[in-house]
Amino acid sequence: MAQNVLAFSEDRELLIQLLGKGKELADSLGGELNALLVGSNISDSGELAQYGSKKTLVADGPGFEHFSVEAYKAAFLKAVEASDPGIILIGATKRGKELAARVAAALDTGCMTECMTLEVDEEGNLVSERLTYAGSTIATEVSRRAPHIVTIPSRAFEAPEPGEGVGEIVTLDVSIPEPRVKVVERREKTKGDVDLEGAPIIVSAGRGFKAKEDLKILEELAEVLGAKVGCSRPISADMGWMDDWIGISGRKVSPKLYLACGISGTIQHAAGIRNSQILVAINEDENANIHEISDYSIVGDLYTVLPALIKALKEKLG
Amino acid sequence: MARIIVLLKDIVDLTEMKVDPETRQPVTEGVKRRISELDKRALETAIQLKESGEGEVIALSMGGSGTRVALLAALAMGADAAYIINDEALAGVDALATSKVLKAAVEKIGDYDLIIGGEMTLDSLSAQVIPRLAELLDLPQVTYVKEIELGEGALRAVRDLEDVDEVVEVDLPAVVAVVREVNEPRIPSLMNIMKAKRKPTEEWDAEAVGLSAEEVKASSSVEILNVMAPKVDRKRIVIKADTVEDAAAQLAEAIVSEGVLER
Repeated sequence: MAQNVLAFSEDRELLIQLLGKGKELADSLGGELNALLVGSNISDSGELAQYGSKKTLVADGPGFEHFSVEAYKAAFLKAVEASDPGIILIGATKRGKELAARVAAALDTGCMTECMTLEVDEEGNLVSERLTYAGSTIATEVSRRAPHIVTIPSRAFEAPEPGEGVGEIVTLDVSIPEPRVKVVERREKTKGDVDLEGAPIIVSAGRGFKAKEDLKILEELAEVLGAKVGCSRPISADMGWMDDWIGISGRKVSPKLYLACGISGTIQHAAGIRNSQILVAINEDENANIHEISDYSIVGDLYTVLPALIKALKEKLG
Repeated sequence: MARIIVLLKDIVDLTEMKVDPETRQPVTEGVKRRISELDKRALETAIQLKESGEGEVIALSMGGSGTRVALLAALAMGADAAYIINDEALAGVDALATSKVLKAAVEKIGDYDLIIGGEMTLDSLSAQVIPRLAELLDLPQVTYVKEIELGEGALRAVRDLEDVDEVVEVDLPAVVAVVREVNEPRIPSLMNIMKAKRKPTEEWDAEAVGLSAEEVKASSSVEILNVMAPKVDRKRIVIKADTVEDAAAQLAEAIVSEGVLER
């Protein structure tokens, strides 16, 4: 049975990624790919046809200037009416996730959150892989009832190249409910202050450090590398040497370089650092799990390795 | 006086959970169960709101046989009563079915001003139950809350979004989800732990909240097929050298040649 696909994200880059995957799904199901745009004074709705959107459904009005889950839900339900989707793809931003759950509840259907993969099985069900257990495991889940709703994080799927696609623009007539949540202030976040989550280089301390003062060696290394300093759970939760830890129920990081010093590498810590591009470990225990999950590691005492590494890096980096 | 229902889920203690190296499946049996981290922060929020005025904190959980013990921690922290929906026929249902059951339960508890929970539970990471509940109850939802205060019949909260902090006001009753930044949960005193055992706890099955377990189960449409730790795809190069200096120099060389230091 043919199934249409409906894609939405308030983040345009992410929406285009969804259209790429959405086109593939719609083609395989013999259905049509449609996109929803919600906002105020939308001027670029024509753009989406070149990414495969057959019908671009537009809800435009002053009530949509800022995201409100109730208003956007009202627009979404209109779009569902107008395009009869079997699969609904929503960008997994914070706003997208709350909208998806709310729309799913309104449509009395299931929802799979932050899907990294999507596939239609022989029975026409939607199968996805997503992180569970605080990111330490990957669950394969199946949605057995249409419309299937999924949220998709940024960069799970590649953005397609723009093509010659032809589509139409359909204006949705949405009556916006009286907002019950009143926004009294919006404080822009400062982007300059890079926190651990956004840091490109992180050096991190584990139980291999014997005293708080010894963290100075790590800080020196951080300075040489231009890195942020993090730690594993025991250093923060048990010793109280730092405010926050990396790993399960702590921060999840995705730096280009992560240097784990004296960290054993429990699955809880591993889950927090898995998205690191290059993982380096220094740990004197040759059986420590961190060596198994690293790109480069040295089995050695951090108290001698770190000063030598600082010296070597200084020489290399000038 | 505010009556606050806190949604709590007990999950395996993630700091104790291991992965079977052969099957790569998580080993959850025999692992202690605890209240999921963000739910615990929602509870702390509720208790603080109660302490800043007057009120009552009611813990509500859909769980299993271990939930009663896990919820003792909630009562020790300061919840006044606990309700547990424990029905074997509901095991493994999805967020849709869970929110239907919780809706029925909060309606049975009744007369609430605020329903509060964590943004998501750390086992499923689905982040659906709070918005779904708001939809089913037709109540306003305030998600990603990192600061909150209660006024007369209304609440004011700061929402932590990607690009902005949004300050919002909403009339009660409302449904709220908190993020990690909202607070640090308290550690209960020994005396409060002792007292917790004497606080009222009630267990319900689906029928007790006016639902048919079969119907609820049939409405569940998302199923977990399997759960596995990911394969590690790393170079796993162990640098060996005669001296620490040589090893460090090789490592420095490797780091530089990976090109990850470029600004």
